Amino acid sequence: MTKEENSGLHYPDISNLDLPDNVRDQFDAMREAEQRSLLARKAELEACECREGMFPNVVASRRSFFAGAAAAAAAGTLPVIARAAAPPGAKEFDVPADPTKVQGRLTNDDGGYGSRSQFEKEVRWRFPTATKESSWTMTPLENSQGIITPSGLHFERHHGGIPTISPESHTLIVHGMCEKPKKYTIADLKRFPSVSRMHFIECSGNGLTEYRAPYLKTVQGTHGLTSTSEWTGVPLSTILAEVGVQPGAAWILAEGADAAVMTRSVPIDKAWSDALLAYGQNGEAIRPEQGYPLRLLLPGFEGNTHIKWLRRLEISDKPFMTREETSKYTDVVKDGKARQFTFTMEAKSVITFPSGEMKLPGPGFYEITGLAWSGRGCVKDAEVTTDGGKTWHYASLQTPILPICHTRFRFPWYWDGKPALIASRCSDETGYVQPTIAELNAVRGVNGHPKFASIYHLNGIMAWEVAADGTVTNGAHKV
Amino acid sequence: MKKLGMRHDALAGLAAALLASACVSTVAMSEPFGFGTTPTDQEIAAINIDVMPDGRGYPPGSGSVAQGEKVYADKCAACHGADMTESVKGSGADTLIGGRGSIGTEKTKKTVESYWPYASTLFDYVKRAMPFNEPGSLTNDEVYAVSAYILNKAKIIDANATMNAETMSKVEMPNKDGFIPDPRPDIHNYR
Repeated sequence: MTKEENSGLHYPDISNLDLPDNVRDQFDAMREAEQRSLLARKAELEACECREGMFPNVVASRRSFFAGAAAAAAAGTLPVIARAAAPPGAKEFDVPADPTKVQGRLTNDDGGYGSRSQFEKEVRWRFPTATKESSWTMTPLENSQGIITPSGLHFERHHGGIPTISPESHTLIVHGMCEKPKKYTIADLKRFPSVSRMHFIECSGNGLTEYRAPYLKTVQGTHGLTSTSEWTGVPLSTILAEVGVQPGAAWILAEGADAAVMTRSVPIDKAWSDALLAYGQNGEAIRPEQGYPLRLLLPGFEGNTHIKWLRRLEISDKPFMTREETSKYTDVVKDGKARQFTFTMEAKSVITFPSGEMKLPGPGFYEITGLAWSGRGCVKDAEVTTDGGKTWHYASLQTPILPICHTRFRFPWYWDGKPALIASRCSDETGYVQPTIAELNAVRGVNGHPKFASIYHLNGIMAWEVAADGTVTNGAHKV
Repeated sequence: MKKLGMRHDALAGLAAALLASACVSTVAMSEPFGFGTTPTDQEIAAINIDVMPDGRGYPPGSGSVAQGEKVYADKCAACHGADMTESVKGSGADTLIGGRGSIGTEKTKKTVESYWPYASTLFDYVKRAMPFNEPGSLTNDEVYAVSAYILNKAKIIDANATMNAETMSKVEMPNKDGFIPDPRPDIHNYR
């Protein structure tokens, strides 16, 4: 028995599934990453007495441990002991036995930039690709609140690492089919009228392990390549008006200043409509992992097109046919042809609570909640089923309901303690209804060429199975 | 009366000011803001490295298959494998040749030879991002040479070929017709 099997972390046997080697490698890598995360959590759980409950975590044990230690230290029986390192993004502080009996921490002692609670441990985890430069991380959606993704938990995809770029020296050059080529510093761009908009960005590879059969265990693994931020910047249309686009222009090459010198071709209609040159994220400068100091934002388009560390825009009459829009991010469908320039991320939703690897403590009331989004505009409605799709019920949508933005839905549920199959589906303002994975595969090719399902653009319905003992597992393809 | 007159003047002044500001703002919106500077030709050329399928963007220079064999051995083989048919396990590199005609079959193998629709993409990508441990370090001649070597190993050009801007833009890749535009929405269960 392997360590994983021994720990009860069983994964579906996919040895008989017909997969090309590179896809199988991806599946294996994803499983390893999730296993690593779950094993770490499991080890913590086994070290404490807090195994039951919806949110199995180690808060209780840490709190009681520190409380005990602090009380002992206060009584003079123990020196201050060395503590475990704080979770990323947090700092470790002593926990008083009674916070009403001692003064708290000094005001502004954090240097003027706050950190999260030392008891909060959600982190992105990395897809274990061969190199850490070309890799990606997943947003922990299972404990997400509301619709905003904290900047430090926004998913990442890098092809040549995260460059360190000074805003003092960085420039954006706009040239090609225009009357007046321009070079802008970040300070120049900040002089233009600005806008702030809340948008999700979703990697078109989000869910790639679930096309064929249920595979990963957690919603972080199955859906963690989508995140929402408030983005602030200059509409690209303003800049296009400045440079004077020439007749016949149809595409714009966007290019980043990372080691991959990442490039994608963008249809000029998109550039004129809602594209943004973003320098702000969630009220502060855009994070380095998200493209500091400047990122192209193409609302609703697949994540790869939102070029980070943007250094150049070249206006042209034709697409440039870069590596990322030919050999990658193209979907081979069942006639053997590959769909190209598959930009828009279609309507999609997922239940984030309860979701995989959680355990409901017993029958009773639960608020089912999740996220819905569409690259074509506003979410119109979200529905929830708790009986495997026999009946669907409208969930309430939390306002604001914004175009091309995560929308939070909630549904009150009384669980009777019997096995249940729960799922969500949404529709958007165009009337498009989120399909089942089977419907997508019927059109795109799993049935036509069983070995080669699409890798990208999976927006099918996701289901979770709730067992009689409250355990929640991946139920993809079952609704 | 005097007081009223003053008030009237004040109101007139305010109206004039509003009108003026409205006009100023209208003019400003229809004129360029004018921020930023004009880049020099050299500044544009320094980063204008992309190459397009129709041949636009290829830089001066050339390289032969034979020259490319040496560049490949020195700079590429460690990850992409000595004979290109299988990338080195754990390197994260893509496989470069083989699999021709396999796309959409049970033995689909995506490589430069079998899947990439344009030779310009090969030149462009090698020049901008390869080799992985020293991106953007190859000279134009080296990029032409290693492109020539890969295209030869892929049985697309002859072993005695020398590639340059003109010859590269004439290369036809085996899978040039393998792509279709996005037909989505491909599910029509509208409500």
